[in-house]
Amino acid sequence: MATNVEKDTVSGQYTTGHEWDGIKELNTPLPKWWVWVFLICIVWAIGYWIVYPSWPTLNGYWAGTFGWHSRSQLVLELDKAKAAKGVYLSKIQNASLDDIVKDKDLLNFALAGGASVFKDTCAACHGAGGAGAYGFPNLADDQWLWGGTLEEIKTTIAYGVRNANANSHQSEMPAFGGGDVLNDAQLSDLAEYVLSLSKSSKDAEAAARGKEIFSGNGCTACHGESGEGSQAVGAPALAAGAWLYKGKDQKAEIISQVKHPKHGNMPAWSERFDDVTIKQLAVYVHSLGGGK
Amino acid sequence: MSILKHHAKLETNVILLMVGILLTVIIGGLVEILPLFTINSTIEQVEGIRPYSPLEQYGRDIYVREGCYLCHSQMIRPFRDEVERYGHYSLAAESMYDHPFQWGSKRTGPDLARVGGKYTNDWHTRHLSNPRAVVPESVMPAYGYLHKVLSYDDIAARMKTLRVVGVPYTDDDIVNAKADLVAQTTEGPGTDALLQRYPKASLGKKDKTSEQVTEMDALVAYLQVLGTMVDFSTMKPEAIR
Repeated sequence: MATNVEKDTVSGQYTTGHEWDGIKELNTPLPKWWVWVFLICIVWAIGYWIVYPSWPTLNGYWAGTFGWHSRSQLVLELDKAKAAKGVYLSKIQNASLDDIVKDKDLLNFALAGGASVFKDTCAACHGAGGAGAYGFPNLADDQWLWGGTLEEIKTTIAYGVRNANANSHQSEMPAFGGGDVLNDAQLSDLAEYVLSLSKSSKDAEAAARGKEIFSGNGCTACHGESGEGSQAVGAPALAAGAWLYKGKDQKAEIISQVKHPKHGNMPAWSERFDDVTIKQLAVYVHSLGGGK
Repeated sequence: MSILKHHAKLETNVILLMVGILLTVIIGGLVEILPLFTINSTIEQVEGIRPYSPLEQYGRDIYVREGCYLCHSQMIRPFRDEVERYGHYSLAAESMYDHPFQWGSKRTGPDLARVGGKYTNDWHTRHLSNPRAVVPESVMPAYGYLHKVLSYDDIAARMKTLRVVGVPYTDDDIVNAKADLVAQTTEGPGTDALLQRYPKASLGKKDKTSEQVTEMDALVAYLQVLGTMVDFSTMKPEAIR
């Protein structure tokens, strides 16, 4: 302990008693208000331990007299949010899709709700604006594989396409390749005819030969006599020229699809979302531009 | 306030100060460590959690190798905004067989804790090959090189290592590791034994560019099982509270 503590005449405080080359150090105490705040914080902390979960105990932890839990807190917040939206949610629950679209308030609510789910969930494949991508259908045009009415859109969202859900759209296009059904020359003619359906063929002769192959191999059964397609089996309207598998060389894409068809999938969203969410999504997708 | 003035005695006496520090550390240590000796587990018991299948485990190793955790977390916190976007908050049990866990701390990309089943296999392979092909605004790097053939000769050794740190792989699991790994890239009756051992495993060939098992197959199989093991529709909330 330093012994030569002395009172500094200028500041009126005591020194620590240390001296280095004539330089002395003041021992100014902490301000009183600071010390009191510090002490009050300690007392506050003790109160905190008592009312909130704090100390571990031998068989668990002290849960606190308030019974607070982050997970219960979340349930409260979710319930509160649900209650705030409750009027609309229950209206959507009970209303038919057509009624939702007719009611302006309900429609706005459903569009906002649908948009937020769409952006997180659907946009990955169908694009942020619903424009689709290679192999993922465009939802903003008026071409629909599985139907573009509100009900049809809802069914497709709820059960998906070619997945494990028993209600999903299942039909697949058979493969016509491998030489045993169609050879390369026939495939080329057929593709030319398919292009001609949307008036994009440059070889009328080949297209005429392809027409025979088209009707002779049962393509018309799904894609229709004039390429109008069939939404019952998800067969694209070839005459529309809105290619699901769109490429720089569209003829090669068509040949590839006839030879070894790619079959897109879509998850069944009813396994992940409740009915109200799916209804909102259906209304939103319907609004993207092509809803029937 | 006079009692507070005595701290000078503690601070200027090395022996007293050491004794004081020792007492503080001992009390703190006892309070934190002792309870761990008396409770069985700090992880809640949840039905459905199983170790990763061999293919998923390999995919996980690729996930770690590529540093996916630098941009993707696997931890949905119990907040309303997270639960509404990603689904049920993560449970400790869901990463109990992760060595090391992939909770992450940064979300440049979205959280992946419940990405399983959210997108199709086809989407995953194309997205990993070139993210811009399906999500034009994406900033994720392309992982086209994952189409290379997976060398999985050491899968049994990897599983044995995990067993050392507590993953309950049975001898049966390890003997069948290679067969299970290949079986998971197929569909049909050959996968019954696999599904018996690893329920809810995502079956089928993910990477259509190769006949053989590729790294892409493994990674997508892993992504497709993330967050799908617990059935939250049947789980009682009390069990995790």
